[in-house]
Amino acid sequence: MTAASRTGRAVGLALGACGLAGCGPLNVLARDGVTGSSETSLGWFLVIVSCAVVAIVTMLVLAAWARSRGRRARDDAVFAGSPGLPWITWGGIIIPAIVLVAAFLFTLGTLDAVAAPERAPAAIVQVIGHQWWWEVRYEGAGPSQAVVTANEIHVPVGEPVRLELTTNDVIHSFWVPELAGKRDLIPGQTNTTWIEARHAGVFGGTCGEYCGAQHAHMQLRVIAEPPGTFQQWLIDQRAPAAQANDPSTADGQRVFMTSGCANCHTIRGTGAGGAVGPDLTHVASRTTIAAGTLPNTKGNLMGWIVAAQTIKPGSDMPSIPVPSRELQSLAAYLETLR
Amino acid sequence: MATLAPLATAPVERLHETWDARPGLYGILGTVDHKTIGKRYLVTALVFLMLGGLEALIMRVQLAHSDTHLLSPDAYNQLFSMHGITMIFWYASPILSGFSNYIWPLMLGSRDMAYPRVNALSYWTFLASGIFIYTALAIGQAPNDGWFGYAPMSLRAYNPGLNMDFYALGLIFLTVSTTVGAINFIGTVMKMRAPGMSLNRLPIFVYGTMTVSFSILFSLPALTAGSVFLFFERRFGMHFFDASQGGSPLLWQHLFWILGHPWVYVIVLPAMGMVSEMIPTFSRRPLVGYPYVALSTIATGLIGFGVWVHHMFATGLPAVSMSFFSGASFLITIPSAIAVFAWIATMWLGRPVWRTPMLFCAGFVVLFVIGGVSGVVTAAVPFDWQVTDTYFVVAHLHYVLIGINVFPVIGAFYYWIPKMTGRMMNETLGKWNFWTMFIGFNLGFFPMHIAGLLGMPRRVYTYPASSGWDTVNLITTIGAFLFAIGVLLFVINVLVSLRRGAFAGSNPWEAGTLEWAMESPPPPYNFAVLPIIRSRLPLWEDQLGDETPGMIPGEGHSHITEGVVLAEGRETFGTSPLEAEPLHVLHMPEDSLFPFLLAVAMLATAYGLVFSQWWLAIVGGLGMLACLVGWLWPRHLVTGERA
Repeated sequence: MTAASRTGRAVGLALGACGLAGCGPLNVLARDGVTGSSETSLGWFLVIVSCAVVAIVTMLVLAAWARSRGRRARDDAVFAGSPGLPWITWGGIIIPAIVLVAAFLFTLGTLDAVAAPERAPAAIVQVIGHQWWWEVRYEGAGPSQAVVTANEIHVPVGEPVRLELTTNDVIHSFWVPELAGKRDLIPGQTNTTWIEARHAGVFGGTCGEYCGAQHAHMQLRVIAEPPGTFQQWLIDQRAPAAQANDPSTADGQRVFMTSGCANCHTIRGTGAGGAVGPDLTHVASRTTIAAGTLPNTKGNLMGWIVAAQTIKPGSDMPSIPVPSRELQSLAAYLETLR
Repeated sequence: MATLAPLATAPVERLHETWDARPGLYGILGTVDHKTIGKRYLVTALVFLMLGGLEALIMRVQLAHSDTHLLSPDAYNQLFSMHGITMIFWYASPILSGFSNYIWPLMLGSRDMAYPRVNALSYWTFLASGIFIYTALAIGQAPNDGWFGYAPMSLRAYNPGLNMDFYALGLIFLTVSTTVGAINFIGTVMKMRAPGMSLNRLPIFVYGTMTVSFSILFSLPALTAGSVFLFFERRFGMHFFDASQGGSPLLWQHLFWILGHPWVYVIVLPAMGMVSEMIPTFSRRPLVGYPYVALSTIATGLIGFGVWVHHMFATGLPAVSMSFFSGASFLITIPSAIAVFAWIATMWLGRPVWRTPMLFCAGFVVLFVIGGVSGVVTAAVPFDWQVTDTYFVVAHLHYVLIGINVFPVIGAFYYWIPKMTGRMMNETLGKWNFWTMFIGFNLGFFPMHIAGLLGMPRRVYTYPASSGWDTVNLITTIGAFLFAIGVLLFVINVLVSLRRGAFAGSNPWEAGTLEWAMESPPPPYNFAVLPIIRSRLPLWEDQLGDETPGMIPGEGHSHITEGVVLAEGRETFGTSPLEAEPLHVLHMPEDSLFPFLLAVAMLATAYGLVFSQWWLAIVGGLGMLACLVGWLWPRHLVTGERA
């Protein structure tokens, strides 16, 4: 652990101890990823230098105030005073120049460090922004080998992963603070970035560029797992959807096909092939629904289906008035799509 | 040059006959008096400050707690967009234009601005464009894409209402006001200074407004072009920004920020200039490092054109261009550091008197540095990737806008209102005013830095409890309301002072610059006899003698209480740009209704365009043409030889 990062931890603890802020899931000054770490070290350097500058100037102003209070005779006569140029040459030019050059060099060094990973990426993931969710694709050897999911990016621990960012509509910005800073998803161009998680875990992220009514509800998660688990996940995700064997889930599948769901959603292995909303082939394997708006539970699924426009007004998902019994079987069916 | 007449012998009655606005409606709508226009600018801009502040308070209630649903997402998005647009375009720059309009001719020893009718046009179009943009809010279709209106979300495919049509037309409309205003300031500083007020004797405030007037002329066309493109794309099927049709969303970002970043300096440099006037007055000594501060003002304006890409570091630009713009963004810190240390040194080496304006200046220095360093850190590209579009940036830009604009502005009101109304503001209430604003501001906005570092994105209408952002947001909301109470105390103080304030006399602060030479409020003709200037601080010459800055040995002292009369009609001196040698006697225009009528015609055109009422647009267009013809119709000059 470097001295800077020790200081960083200490200041972080101090901040937490002050009760100014609990540690949220998107903390910029915590880090795990390789690029996130370089950015965080630079961040701590800048924050500490900034605090020092503010403290010095504030003390100078307060001292000027204190000096004038201490003056006994009240004398408001104007006087020419000394030219005071050393204040400007030292305080205004020389010292700031040294600090700024140091910060600039540190910046260039960090830019270089995060520009590209040291090894070839272990996976290439396409992230496609939608109002207001993330489509995530892993290309395989052929179309049948592709993995399509939403709002969750699985990555192997300790391996660099390349992300190719595009958008289906307006500008969004990919941001998982602990792993990497923002990179925009812009129509007409493909931006790339890379992430590398050092430890297994779930890393929160969110859309970083205002993108309309539900910008507030466009979260994503990066799930870093051991390479073996990751490979197994890929295999599971490539498989078509689970068969609806028992009567209850078969009924749920029927509801899915007849209530309009299939117009917008795909479930591979069934007739549902809509391309507007997220692919639901393995929806039950995901941890949230509606791009991080709700935890993925059966109750939340049912609530989302009938009241999407109340939960996330403006999204493309309509509130669908499915009768209660059918809603139960629909949710039960979706729960089987692991 | 005519011989110098003592002040007592000036033909005051004749000057009044010549310069007074006509009584009645014609005088109200037709006046070209820079002091009237300046006051109107100040009051109107303050009204916009209140409107933008109300919008902010409503948003702060929504954000005080997680998962609050007081506002729908759509209403919230309109509110934050209007808040930004109002504060940045309809408050922050016009309030400074108001001060410059009022103070400049007094400071420069002139009887009016260079183009008085253009000045009136500048005000009326500012007011009319403000009415236009607030029509959008009144009908529930206010701009909803943030103050920088990124494409393609601003396009019809994603934004089918009138919201962004109001945005595009409102900005085009306002650029008319801003552009003619900038031309007027440049013309004034080049030609309208008192004889002898050479460039090295100009107040720093004048340098500030002059610099940003040039910045406006060179940067505003980018925004105007962008807004015209946006309107054409939305209404006439052109494709500037739609990538699927060969346009580029980044084109909008470049056009916007080529204006957007210089605009930051537009709304701070004149405010910094006002501080450079106030701090010496209350430190009882001339400013330390005057030439450095003047040059750093100009340098900031110039370098300000080379940093716009730091708003776009996350858009996937090549590393080499990011390094360049990062370097420029670090570099621009130096001129600001020079100014900060000039102010501190002036306080340190002076004998500060802590009246209310000085409190605001000292508070400003601290807030300036906080807002400065929180901006410098975003020049570090990888750190910017983390904090851009989070509340860290929201905190930064409010430290800039409120710390470097609002605090000096309120201080400047305390400083110059005695000149404008002849009445002092209350000192005790003033100190309460300062401390309420200062504490409220820091309580409200400092925690935003932490919210940003905890990952809170800007422009979210709500946030989940699990995010851990509740506490910081509640503190911010409390601080915002405290700050609003501070602003309210200011308004109360102004209103009370208008009736009950102690009489100010001509120079209540014993300041050194020329605007304190005449009685308060100044007569319509400003100077009964036109002064001749021999130093930077003409009113301090009595006390500083030959040590007065800008004085040349052997040239003698400034002439304030005697001067040239010039009373054959509306007359003032036209002087040379560098040395301010008197070259001509300028004959200034009379009052006119055409600026007002032109603004009305433009407003009609704008309404016609936004509501697709083409007949109204055509009538408005013809009206504009008629007004211009009437305005420019040649007239015979009243008396003989003129410039």
